Amino acid sequence: MKDYIRTKFKIEFSPYLLIWVIAVGCSNTGDLYVTDQTPVKFEVNSTILQSGEIAVTPPPFSDGIFPCNDCHSSQKPNPERRKLIEFHDDVSDMFNHDSQNRWCLDCHDVNNRDSLRLASGKLLDFKESYKLCGQCHGDKLRDWKVGVHGRRTGEWNGIKQYYLCVSCHNPHSPKFQPLKPEAPPVTLDEITN
Amino acid sequence: MNNQDKPNSRRNFLKNVAIVAGGSIALSSCRSQAMKEFLQKNFRTLTKKEKNEIVKNLELKYSAKYGKEFHVSDETAADGIEFGYALDLSRCIGCRRCVYACVEENNQSRDPQIHWIQVLQMEKDKGIDFAHSDVHYNPELVPEEGHFYLPVQCQQCRNPQCTTVCPVKATWQEPDGIVVVDYNWCIGCRYCMAACPYGARHFNWAEPNVPAEEINPETHYLGNRPRIKGVVEKCTFCIQRVRKGKYPSCVEVCPVGARKFGNLLDPNSEIRYILENKRVLVLKQELNTQPRFYYFFGV
Repeated sequence: MKDYIRTKFKIEFSPYLLIWVIAVGCSNTGDLYVTDQTPVKFEVNSTILQSGEIAVTPPPFSDGIFPCNDCHSSQKPNPERRKLIEFHDDVSDMFNHDSQNRWCLDCHDVNNRDSLRLASGKLLDFKESYKLCGQCHGDKLRDWKVGVHGRRTGEWNGIKQYYLCVSCHNPHSPKFQPLKPEAPPVTLDEITN
Repeated sequence: MNNQDKPNSRRNFLKNVAIVAGGSIALSSCRSQAMKEFLQKNFRTLTKKEKNEIVKNLELKYSAKYGKEFHVSDETAADGIEFGYALDLSRCIGCRRCVYACVEENNQSRDPQIHWIQVLQMEKDKGIDFAHSDVHYNPELVPEEGHFYLPVQCQQCRNPQCTTVCPVKATWQEPDGIVVVDYNWCIGCRYCMAACPYGARHFNWAEPNVPAEEINPETHYLGNRPRIKGVVEKCTFCIQRVRKGKYPSCVEVCPVGARKFGNLLDPNSEIRYILENKRVLVLKQELNTQPRFYYFFGV
């Protein structure tokens, strides 16, 4: 550090000050890079609901799982409360959402599996699943609608896309999962050594 | 011994001066653009015409350097807008996604490393205690038991100390509340860094280094355009995005939705909803900096 200051002092006060100033002024242009790649932006596909009420992201279905009726239309519904063992056993195993009191058909409709079902019996599209969540989590739904709970993208002064509750919370096990943090900033030791 | 043989004669001195002057003229004529940039006035004193020319020249210069089309905006603040920011302390899990989204969006130097956002890990039983906070935490998974996370970036103060100490007026507060830096006017004295109580300003100790394939060519003159060695830089609420109506990058990337942004003058904005309905605090309130960056508890 001392050497650095001494050198800087010498440079600044040499009779070649003018050349030094010009050289610094000119040195802003660095190496020439050639590339045509644009940086990744954080855009999401949005779906405008038919009602035009709230623009939401598409429901995050597992690959090939929807429409449910592709399989279920040929099966006889079994409304008996049970743990699933043959199919959807993964969901049944992970289920942790008031699991003492609830099971599949409290939210999924028994006759039309492509619909969700409110406690009132009203059928609901998967794009409106936030209404189902809001039956219990009314305070969260209220904050979500005004943009305070959850994620939104778009324009702060205009059209926004809302992430559905289920984009961040697995509906069958809604606790937000811990993440691996990105790298910490460099330490002083890493810079000086 | 005659005069000419003396090592430090007046004649030799004048000869050297002539060489230096001649050399400098030759240099400046071959690099007139650099010379022009060097002698450029403070951004706020430029006419619209001068700004247009400067912006055009910068676009050419950056496009040549990085090999892709650059846009440098000089869009001014719109009427009736005062930007505000709120961060939900009850949601933030300290994943640092915001830190790197900011680096990429705003062309911060990768090496030497500059981060406009610092995420501080704090102990729950100590509360907000900067002296015992840790910025280098690196566990396998976050959040860690018994800790909470407090990201700090420029607080866009209504009463900013950084701008008042600047001896050359190279940094100021825009009408929409964003505190900006004219990188061409900054002399690198770093008084503003000493004055900022939030450590939100960062200095380019060496030539900033951003790989060409990672550079973001959508820039603003007072924001994320490529910087030079010896100037100070800081968060601008992504001025290049928010003046076009978009959210700042950190808001959109946050996986837990802890970051909220909007117009403080719009009673229907989410930021106003937070101020009116949630428990809100600002950092170091006792310093009377009056930040536009609020922290709140969503639950």
